[in-house]
Amino acid sequence: MRSNKAMEIGTGLFVLLGFAAMFFLVTQITSREVGFGERSYRIGAAFEQVGGLKPGAPVSMSGVTVGRVESIGYDFDAYQAEVVLRIESRYDRIPDDSDAAIYTAGLLGGQYVGIGPGGSETFLQDGDQIEFTQSAIVLENLISKFLFSRAEEAGTEEME
Amino acid sequence: MSSGPLASIREVGRYALFVGGLVAEVPRALLRPGLVVQQVYNAGALSLVIVMLSGLFVGMVLGLQGFDLLERFGSEESLGTAAALGLVKELGPVVTALLFAGRAGTALASEIGLMRATDQLAAMEMMAVDPVRRVVVPRFLGGVISMPLLAAIFSMIGIYGAQLVGVQMMGVDPGQFWSQMRGAVEQADVMEGVIKSVVFGLSCSAIAVYEGFHAAPTAEGVGRATTRTVVLSSVMVLLLDYMLTAILL
Repeated sequence: MRSNKAMEIGTGLFVLLGFAAMFFLVTQITSREVGFGERSYRIGAAFEQVGGLKPGAPVSMSGVTVGRVESIGYDFDAYQAEVVLRIESRYDRIPDDSDAAIYTAGLLGGQYVGIGPGGSETFLQDGDQIEFTQSAIVLENLISKFLFSRAEEAGTEEME
Repeated sequence: MSSGPLASIREVGRYALFVGGLVAEVPRALLRPGLVVQQVYNAGALSLVIVMLSGLFVGMVLGLQGFDLLERFGSEESLGTAAALGLVKELGPVVTALLFAGRAGTALASEIGLMRATDQLAAMEMMAVDPVRRVVVPRFLGGVISMPLLAAIFSMIGIYGAQLVGVQMMGVDPGQFWSQMRGAVEQADVMEGVIKSVVFGLSCSAIAVYEGFHAAPTAEGVGRATTRTVVLSSVMVLLLDYMLTAILL
């Protein structure tokens, strides 16, 4: 029965190694997402312009990721984009007068929501809304504004 | 066997019926796990060394080529991402399936083919033992179980191979290598690789046992069956890989 024993040990080693490898792939090379389960809470924020913001984008405070964008919808009552943010429960002391803005990571990077803390003594709860928001900067709008203002300046100079 | 379009269609039909019969027998085969475990050993554990060795070298080549390519754009830190995505999504499942077809598929086909040629299958039928249930299904299942595990091992070793070349030899920052990888690779990417390897495991194992079971009962027939197994499996893996990538991407 020696060959049988060797076979069983070999199979056991192979199966264990295989599952270890799967575990490695799932846990070690992927980022651990912020728990979208019970240990998080939702807050909303309305933006004039969300630009290229996508669900799953990070929500950060001072560069620390505290949550993720859960969904982006359009609110036809306010004619604004309604963004739902999922914040991890351990970050439960965000003042309720905090502001949210959409930033771009680097010049060409993905967009994320940055929360700047306010000074209030009461904190945001599940279902609350962030009042102060700043829209994403759309590069094309900036360029066109710049070009129009230059053209206007040139026009007024000619009139004079 | 006659040739022509009708014969090809008939062959496809025979394949479908055979695989359907296999799948119908799977629950019953799971009642006798001993036979399946033995085939996991034959198909998986015995392929371990070749898969690990290939994974290491494929990973090292990826490290080298990836570094050379990324250095031109000044973004060597992305090497970990490039290597991990390449291995987990493409190279792991595909190369493992090709190695599996060559190492385990041929062994399966020739073993069953020889049983056919030496009338062992007929003898089983005589003793009222269903050869499909007793011989074919455990081998099929052994292959299906082994393939995802082998592919995962291949990818893991490959990532360490890429790390060996990129970090130890080329001087990519190890922190950047791992953190960029963790930031960019998602669970869905790993799932894509697992789905691919399961599908490849199903098709490679089915082809091997079909070709062996239907081999002409001669020395030449067994040889033909093994050759057909490798050729058909390889083509099917590459074809399915394109289709799966298009669906899953």
